[in-house]
Amino acid sequence: MALSAKKLKIGDTYQEEIVNNLARTRLVQYAGASGDYNPVHTDEIFATKVAGYPSVFAHGMLTMGMTGRMLTNYVGDGRLTKYGVRFTRQVWPGDSLTAKATVEAIRQEGGQSFVDLNVSTVNQDGAEVVSGYASARIDP
Amino acid sequence: MAATKFPIEAGHILLFARAVGDTNKIYSDEDYAKTTEVKSIIAPPTFTMASAQFDPDYPLRPKEGQVWFGSGKEPTGIQKSSGGSGGGGSGGGGLHAEQHFEYHRHIKPGDVLTAMTKPGKTWEKEGKRSGKLMFSETVTEYRDQKGELVITARSVGVRTERPVDQK
Repeated sequence: MALSAKKLKIGDTYQEEIVNNLARTRLVQYAGASGDYNPVHTDEIFATKVAGYPSVFAHGMLTMGMTGRMLTNYVGDGRLTKYGVRFTRQVWPGDSLTAKATVEAIRQEGGQSFVDLNVSTVNQDGAEVVSGYASARIDP
Repeated sequence: MAATKFPIEAGHILLFARAVGDTNKIYSDEDYAKTTEVKSIIAPPTFTMASAQFDPDYPLRPKEGQVWFGSGKEPTGIQKSSGGSGGGGSGGGGLHAEQHFEYHRHIKPGDVLTAMTKPGKTWEKEGKRSGKLMFSETVTEYRDQKGELVITARSVGVRTERPVDQK
């Protein structure tokens, strides 16, 4: 189900809701899977009383990982060649996020077609939490 | 600060895919994966972050016999000699600012990677919501069992003067 250069246009978009009402347990789940046990993500007492945050908050890499699901659903498995983001705002328990890819360029390199995408993930208030880019191999 | 041996395992890929909410069978079902273009289970795009599990010195994991800085009897296991504001310091300090991956090949169960991390640039900026921002970059090269570069990861961390203002 890979994308095809013939069918893509600059400005095409694809989006998915990547999480609805983010649960604290998801942060625990991500900590366990990734090995990043920073207590600002899983330990409400530490996050509020020591670190000075209103609550625990999501690992940036959880948001990047969930955004990655939208990307691979769009471009197909094993097709990404580049993926990068800036974390522009923290993500909190209870947030619902939507990730969107926008086609910026369709190009040829050494006989292979590629698509360059702008990537943006926003929360329920429309505020951007992740801003980035991706490139993927596509069919002719 | 690197994993000298990062074995890519199907069970670990399954747990990681679940954690990022990805139910794509390419991460869990070998029979299905065989029928796809990539022909095997592969790891999700951000999976190399989990190399932290195989870094013996990774600081953000409680270790037997060592004091952990998260809460126990007290809000933190680290007893500071002076009061401190409870602000910036320990927890408000390190945040992840950017992460970039270049995929030379997609990794799969059975691969055994090594990760070599090199420090990159450092720079400073004045932030509106958190005081002075101190950025530092690291570049990690993941190589497979044949020594071939499979993923290049560039990470930018930021230390803030105080916790990020939410207003």
